[in-house]
Amino acid sequence: MTDTGVLDRLVVRFAGDSGDGMQLTGDRFTSVSATFGNDLSTFPDYPAEIRAPAGTVNGVSSFQVQLADHDITTPGDNPNVLVAMNPAALKADLARLEPGGTLIVNDDSFEERDLAKAGYDHNPLDDGSLAGYRLIRVPMTSLTKQACEPLGVKPRDAERSKNFFALGLVSWMYTRPTEPTLEWIAARFKDPLVAGANTAAFQAGFHFGETTEQVGHRYEVRPAKLPAGEYTSVTGNTALAWGLVAAGQLAQLPVTLGSYPITPASDILHELSKHKHFGVRTIQAEDEIAASGMALGAAFAGHLGVTTTSGPGVSLKGETISLAVSIELPLLVIDIQRGGPSTGLPTKTEAADLNIAMYGRHGEAPLPIVAAYSPAQCFFAAIEAARIALTYRTPVILLSDGFLANGSEPWRLPDIADLPDIRVAFTTSPNGTDADGNSVYLPYLRDPDTLARPWAIPGTPGLMHRVGGLEKADRTGNVDYTPENHQRMGDLRAAKIDGIAASYPPLVVHGDPDEADLCVLGWGSTWATIHATVERQRRAGHKVAWIHLTNLNPLPNDLGEHLRRYRTVVVPELNRGQLCNIVRAKYLIDAQPINKMSGLPFTVGELEAALDQIRTAQQGVPA
Amino acid sequence: MTDTAIQLTSKKDWSSDQEVRWCPGCGDYGILQAVQQLMPDLGVSPENTVFISGIGCSSRFPYYMNTYGMHSIHGRAPAIATGLAVARPDLDVWVITGDGDGLSIGGNHLIHALRRNVNLTILLFNNRIYGLTKGQFSPTSEVGKVTKSTPFGSIDPPFNPLAVALGAEASFVARTHDLDRKHMMEIFRAAHDHRGAAFVEIYQNCNVFNDGQFNDITKRTVRDEMMIDLVHGQPIVFGADRQRGVAMGSNGFLQLVEVADVGIDNILVHDQHHPHPSLAFALARLNTDDHSPTPFGIFRQVERQEYAGAVGAQLAAAAEKKGPGDLAALLRSNGTWTVG
Repeated sequence: MTDTGVLDRLVVRFAGDSGDGMQLTGDRFTSVSATFGNDLSTFPDYPAEIRAPAGTVNGVSSFQVQLADHDITTPGDNPNVLVAMNPAALKADLARLEPGGTLIVNDDSFEERDLAKAGYDHNPLDDGSLAGYRLIRVPMTSLTKQACEPLGVKPRDAERSKNFFALGLVSWMYTRPTEPTLEWIAARFKDPLVAGANTAAFQAGFHFGETTEQVGHRYEVRPAKLPAGEYTSVTGNTALAWGLVAAGQLAQLPVTLGSYPITPASDILHELSKHKHFGVRTIQAEDEIAASGMALGAAFAGHLGVTTTSGPGVSLKGETISLAVSIELPLLVIDIQRGGPSTGLPTKTEAADLNIAMYGRHGEAPLPIVAAYSPAQCFFAAIEAARIALTYRTPVILLSDGFLANGSEPWRLPDIADLPDIRVAFTTSPNGTDADGNSVYLPYLRDPDTLARPWAIPGTPGLMHRVGGLEKADRTGNVDYTPENHQRMGDLRAAKIDGIAASYPPLVVHGDPDEADLCVLGWGSTWATIHATVERQRRAGHKVAWIHLTNLNPLPNDLGEHLRRYRTVVVPELNRGQLCNIVRAKYLIDAQPINKMSGLPFTVGELEAALDQIRTAQQGVPA
Repeated sequence: MTDTAIQLTSKKDWSSDQEVRWCPGCGDYGILQAVQQLMPDLGVSPENTVFISGIGCSSRFPYYMNTYGMHSIHGRAPAIATGLAVARPDLDVWVITGDGDGLSIGGNHLIHALRRNVNLTILLFNNRIYGLTKGQFSPTSEVGKVTKSTPFGSIDPPFNPLAVALGAEASFVARTHDLDRKHMMEIFRAAHDHRGAAFVEIYQNCNVFNDGQFNDITKRTVRDEMMIDLVHGQPIVFGADRQRGVAMGSNGFLQLVEVADVGIDNILVHDQHHPHPSLAFALARLNTDDHSPTPFGIFRQVERQEYAGAVGAQLAAAAEKKGPGDLAALLRSNGTWTVG
C-alpha cells in the first residue's frame, strides 16, 4: 500500500449512460464527503430524455462534485478526475478534464459496438490520443460480475451494480470512509440479492484500488475548517420546500401548494407532498393555470398560497398573477428557471426569466421579485418571498434555477428561534363607516405604512365583500371605471411595490468596497462563481467590489448610490443582459454585461477572463 | 361551521348594495332572484358562503350577493374554487359560470373539478351565445347559427353540457331553466345539499343576442308537451295528460313513446342514484335540439368520495402518525454532522 498524499481540493466527475446510475453514484460520493467534513458543491448534469438511446452521447448523464478542506462555492471548472463508464461519456466530457488529469474508464464497454454508438471509428484508448492524461483502464463490468457470482446473482443483473464498483474504486483512491455507503446500501435496497450485489461490487472496487499497482498513489482531502455547528447537505429544491414549510410555521398559516409537474420544479411538489403533518396541502393540478388559480383560491381563504413552475409554465401563470396584483392577495409564485424559449433545455440552467417576472403581464402590474443565490439559501429566499407577499398582500415571484435546484452544498443549520416572525393579522371587524354612519368593511382601505389592504377571510361575520379583476374603487373595492379612480389605483399599486424596498436591510458590498474601481453586480446562482472569481482576482492583487442582489424588484434604495461609486460596473448573467438593462435604464450608468447562454453555469475561468478583458479595455481610458 | 351560530336570515341579508347591471329582460335576473330567495332556507350564513365566478355576463353574479365573492378570470373559477374549498372545507362554495366561460376557455378546469368531486355547487348559465362580447357563437350554439363571427353559419358542432359533465364523472348533474323559479330553487337546494361537485345547467334566455332560444321548450304554452320532468323512482312521463313517456327500445336506445301503446310498465323508471351513468347519459342525449321534448330535473346523484374531505383525511392521518410538524426535526431529516 502506498502513502497517502494530501489535496486541498478535488473535483470528480462521474459520467455514464442515463441508465448507469451516475446521479446516485455522485450523490453517494458527495454524502460521504459531507459527513466526513469536507466543504463541497455539486453539479448534476443530465439529459431531458429519461432514457435516450443507450450508449449515445445524447444519453450521457454526469455528476460533478468539488470537495475541499476549505470554504468553496462552485463545483469546479475542470475535473481532476473523470470516471467514464462508456465511450459516449468519454466523448461528451473529456474536454472538461484538466490537462494531466486522471481518467478512469470501464474498459469492458469499449467494444466495437459501443464505440460506434458514441461515434468513434476506432478505440481512443489505444490510439495514443489520451497520452496527456493519467489513463486507468479497469474492466469494471467483468470484475463486478465476478464479485457477484458467489451470491448467485445472474450476470445480467450483476452488471447493473458496476456503478458501485466505480464508487468503491474512487472511494479508495481518495480515502473516503466506506461504512456510511455500506450502511446506506443495506437500508436502501430491500431485495437482499440487490443489496448484496451492490455491496460486493462496492467492496470489489475498493479492494481493486488497494491491490493493483495500476491505480497508484492514494490521496485524501481533509475536513474543511467550517464554522462550528450542526450541518446537513441539501439541494436547492429541498431547501426551498423546507423554506415554504418554515414560512407557513413562521406566519402561522397553513400552506397550500397548487402545482403541475414540470422539470426542474417538480421536486418541490414531491418534497412538500411528504409533509402533510405540517398541515401542508398539495394539489397536483390539471394544468399550470389551474395550479396558480388553486393557490390564489387558497390565499383568498387565508392560507399561504404557493405555486411552483418552470419554463413555459411561467407564461401560463401570467393571468392569475395579474388577478392577484389586482385583488391584492398574497401569492407565492416559484420559478425554477431553465433554458428557453419554449421547451428549450428542460434539464439545463439559465437565468432568463427576469424579464418575464418584471414585465410579463398585461397592464401595469408591478410585483416584487426575490432571487435565491445558493442551494441552502433557497430556504431563506422562500421565507423572504413569503414575508413580502403576506405583509404587502401581493404576488411575489421567487426565482431559482436548475443549477440551484439540483445542486447541493453543506448547510449549517439555523437556529429556528432566529428565523423572522412573518405573522400578519386578519381583519375581523369593520374598519370604516359609510355615508349613513354605519360601520362597514372597506376592503381597499390601506395601511398607511405599507399601503397594504386589509385581509378579511371568508367565515368572518359582517365583513362579506367581493373582489375581482375589474378596476375597483379605492377604499370600498366596488367596481369603478372612472378615470380619476383608475389613475389613483394604478399609482397606489405601484407605490405599494416601490415601498417594499424600505423593508430591506442595507446592501452589503463584498471584496474591496472602498478601494475598487470595478464592481461586480450579480444575482441568482452566479453567486458561487462570482464568489470564487472575486477571491481569485483579489489574490492576484486586483481590487474588486461585489454586490449580490436577492431583491430584484423593487431594487434596494441604496443600490444606485453604491453603483455610482465605481468606474466600472459589470453584470454577469446567464441570459442576454436582463438585469444589466434594468440597471442601465434605472441608474443611467454604463454597466457592462457578461453573458452566457449555454445551459451551463459560468466557470471561474470564464468569468475571470471576462473581467480581465474589461479591465484591459478600461486601461488608458480616462476615468 | 357551527349550526347554532347561524342567525335566521331573509332574502335582504343575501343581497348586496350593488345595482344589478344585466340588460333589462335578461334571464339572469330570474336566476339571481331564485338564489337570493333560496339562501335563507338553506340553514347557512352569508359569511360562510362564497361565490366564485369567471368572466361573462353570468359571472357578474357574485357582485350582487352579500357573501364573500370573487369575480375571477375567464374560465378559471372552478380552479380557484378548488383551492378555496380544499383550504376551507367549512365554507359553502358556489361557482357561477356560463357556456363560454365553463365549456370553452374553462373546459379543462370544469371537467377536472367534476372529476375530483370537489364540494362545489356549479351553476352553468347556458344561453348558447357570447353575450358580454356582443354576440358570437358559443360552444353550445347549434350548427348553422348565424352570428357576428359566423356570417355564413357556425360550422362548430356544439357540446351537450350534461353529457360533458357525466363524461367527467360528475356525481350530481341536473338541468333547470330561468322561467321557473320554484323548479330552480328545488334543483339548487338539492345541488347545494349534495356533498361533492354538483353541476346544474340552466337554460337561460339572452334577450339581446339570442332571444327565444328555448321558447319551443320552456314557454308556458308548450311546457307540458316539451318538458320532461325527471322524478326519482317514477316512470318518466310527460304531456298534458301524462300520455307520453320514455322507454328503452329493443336496440338499447331511449325513445319517446305513447304510454297507451307500450303500457305504463314498459316506461323507464328514473333512478338518479344508479351507480352506472349510462342511463343518465342517454337521458342527457334524449333531445337532439331545442325543438324536441327535453328532460329537466336531476339526471344523476351518487355518493362518491369528496375531494377536500379526502385531502383533510390524509392530513389528519399524517398528523396522527407523525405528530405535529417539527421544523427543527425537518431540517435534520437528511442526516446531519457536527463541526467543532
